[in-house]
Amino acid sequence: MPISDYDSACLPDLLPLYYRRLFPFPQYYRWLSYGGVFKNYFQNREFSFTLKDDIYVRYQSFSTQIELEKEMQKMVPYKIDIGAVYSHRPSQHNAVKSGTFQALEKELVFDIDMTDYDDVRSCCSVADICLKCWTLMTIAIRILDRALREDFGFHHLMWVYSGRRGVHCWVCDDAARKLSVAARSAVAEYLSLVKGGEETVRKVILSDPIHPFVSQSLAVVEHYFPQYAIVGQDILSSKESVDKELVDFYKGEKNPMKRWDRLCALVEHKKSSSKKSGQYFDKEIMLQYCYPRLDVNVSKGVNHLLKSPFSVHPKTGRISVPIDLKELDTFDPFEVPTISLICEELERPRTDEAEEDEMKDNEQDAGERRRIRDYKRTSLAKYVKVFDRFLEGLARSRKGEMLKKSDLQKEF
Amino acid sequence: MLFSGSKRKKVIGSSQNDLYDHCLQFYAQPPLENISLTEFETFAVERLKLLKTVENLGVSYLKNSEQYIKKLEKEFANLNIPYRTEVEDRKVQVGPSEYEKRRKDHISHFILRLAYCQTEDLRRWFIQQEMDLFRYRFGHLSSKHKTDFLHKNNLKYDTVSVEEKRILKDKLISSSYGLSGITVEEHDFYKVPFQDALDLVRSRKVYLLAGNAYIPHQEIVTIVLNDFRTRLSKALAAFHKEDNPKMWFILICSLCCSHAYVGQDYSIQKNIGKISLEQIDALAAKSFPLCKRHLHKALRESHHLRHGGRMQYGLFLKGIGLTLEQALQFWRSEFIRGKVDADKVTLQLQLTLLHTVLVFHKQTSQVISWLSRCPFRHSDPELLKQKLQSYKISPGGISQILELVKGMHYQLACQKYFELTHNIEDAGFSLNHPNQYFTESQKFLGGGIKKEIETTQRSQENVSSNAPNMSQPPPANSKQTHEEMGDLDSFFQDE
Repeated sequence: MPISDYDSACLPDLLPLYYRRLFPFPQYYRWLSYGGVFKNYFQNREFSFTLKDDIYVRYQSFSTQIELEKEMQKMVPYKIDIGAVYSHRPSQHNAVKSGTFQALEKELVFDIDMTDYDDVRSCCSVADICLKCWTLMTIAIRILDRALREDFGFHHLMWVYSGRRGVHCWVCDDAARKLSVAARSAVAEYLSLVKGGEETVRKVILSDPIHPFVSQSLAVVEHYFPQYAIVGQDILSSKESVDKELVDFYKGEKNPMKRWDRLCALVEHKKSSSKKSGQYFDKEIMLQYCYPRLDVNVSKGVNHLLKSPFSVHPKTGRISVPIDLKELDTFDPFEVPTISLICEELERPRTDEAEEDEMKDNEQDAGERRRIRDYKRTSLAKYVKVFDRFLEGLARSRKGEMLKKSDLQKEF
Repeated sequence: MLFSGSKRKKVIGSSQNDLYDHCLQFYAQPPLENISLTEFETFAVERLKLLKTVENLGVSYLKNSEQYIKKLEKEFANLNIPYRTEVEDRKVQVGPSEYEKRRKDHISHFILRLAYCQTEDLRRWFIQQEMDLFRYRFGHLSSKHKTDFLHKNNLKYDTVSVEEKRILKDKLISSSYGLSGITVEEHDFYKVPFQDALDLVRSRKVYLLAGNAYIPHQEIVTIVLNDFRTRLSKALAAFHKEDNPKMWFILICSLCCSHAYVGQDYSIQKNIGKISLEQIDALAAKSFPLCKRHLHKALRESHHLRHGGRMQYGLFLKGIGLTLEQALQFWRSEFIRGKVDADKVTLQLQLTLLHTVLVFHKQTSQVISWLSRCPFRHSDPELLKQKLQSYKISPGGISQILELVKGMHYQLACQKYFELTHNIEDAGFSLNHPNQYFTESQKFLGGGIKKEIETTQRSQENVSSNAPNMSQPPPANSKQTHEEMGDLDSFFQDE
């Protein structure tokens, strides 16, 4: 299948097509309405658009799905961000008495960016990524997903590829959306292990007792570490990457895995000694090279704006698609469809069957059905399915809540 | 809270019993019963003493160290604050009953809320001391009483079952420093939603499962304290927001009635915030009556005023429209220039504030003003003459004033002073209050404060019909208020 080369100069032509025929508006609206349980939840949501020539507009809000569609098709945003649900319609925030316009709720979000690992990956740097360092994202997703579900009790998590060099997590539970700034920052800090900037050499320090969260995270890291770090990144080759003392210790050994074994043996030895210093040295190294690095500031703010799923990344052309965790180990960021690809796929001839159905229905239905058929014919389809499943989970949960509530009421 | 004169009414209904069924409380409900003015004052002063002690001990000793605890216990005994449930104690109770102690705890806390909700600094101080007090008292509860308290206050934290503890034993041990297998087995763990235990979650000092933090018994204090702080902070902010809190209003009304004061009450701030601190010097020269101009000058020169002077001047400033923040700023800057220790200043100001609150609730500022040292009434004529000369009053005017003083017409003398300083023949009003002097002056000069024309007219009518009564305070009450003022004065030491 020919992969169309993406050129950002084509965006002005591709985006209108994308928003008219491929962007999954119905699902998107269903997501952000959260079942219509809370009045004006969608209407009070802030969106921000980056338009052509880097014009940035905030406080966009919409009353209905149709209005959202029409506006997006009219404005043709290059980038779309989602913000908080406010106390009033964001588009009318200037009319509101000062001090009363407040951000009330928002999903709990996490942003993992590959550039935060530049000091520990040797294969790429800055904006580049490759399949080797992509493992870091896989590790991050596994660790954070487990912790958010098992430790914090959240159920509705959507992981999204950012379009270039990272992943985002949207935690959509009711309880998550209601969290205060303090709570969000506490969650983010609980999940943080790698601390310190450029000047800090030892970024992970472990001491007794090792918290269950740390042990569980280590178990994930240990699974990927040998192949990813020792072999792939060859972290024990460069003299600077590890303690100078130890470098001398395994200098004689050429095989990286054997070097690591030697190092682990040294640590074992230290454990039994009285001094106890360095007893977690091997674990600290593993965590320093692999443990997820989050930007706490992204997670903290209730009003923080984050790139929207299904928006396009202008530099790469890739769509920000949801990631299916069942196939996490085989996820390939370079296989994620670009806007050029799916637009090209759209232009391919349709089957006869589709044309017949179209004749019958009324305009609106036909439009929607056509759009559904449209994206189904492209590589976007499987990602929309992931999104659909996520939405079904949310809907089931809401139904369960309502049943619980009505049961409680019946008791009286 | 309503005041019922000097008799105390005891309300012991079943609802009250419920309210005081635990020796500790979150102070969620304000007191609803009647208390006397005496109790009001006593309770407030004693709790303030207690909080001061808490503050001082907290500075001198490590909180919860042996010495800290011993000293605080002593203070508790002295002040009859409940801190241990003594229901099981079979000893014959000497002194106030447990119920009475708890009632005092409840009411005194709310009285201080009135005073301490006013500014950010005061709120912070009050919350800090109340928290330390609460921490101490909660820590001394028995395990059962701790759980009782939690449940009574909607902290429906359940204890972790024995079975679950067994399953999670290793995880619980490795999530907290200093927990052994035995500790886990023998002690209670509470399941708390993680949102209520953020400090422990943030630093990963607790085991988390399915959104719940598993908190060991000894850590539950932190959780409860956080809850206490949040509740108190919210309550104080809400209290402060009310423009005219009901309690103030009720108190003002009941006191106004009891003193039969007729005329404009300068205690109700109509002109808040319309004066800036920079204006005060100029205003003192133009629009302050002699007694207050005098005090202002003394303050500016020596950066210090004695207690009585502070009281008078403070009330006067309030009457002309200085906000509480401005007043605190003003006093602080004066005392700092006078090289009074900054910390002492704050506490002193707080005490002054409370004193003002208490005295304010004993009488209207009108009565205090009469107790002030009116220069026309009290000064030696020679000194008065010199003073007036220094303020550039004409010789003719000075002799007019001295004539009036000789005839004991002190108000008229003050009025004459007004006429002379404003260069008019006739003041056009009957003077009976220093704040009125200020308002009339400003009105005349056409600057600054927006006036309430109706009320001044009304007060003039009232004054003219009751003029004879205005020269002395109602005799029956003055003795009582004098005595009470005396008690308070001795507590707030004058330097």
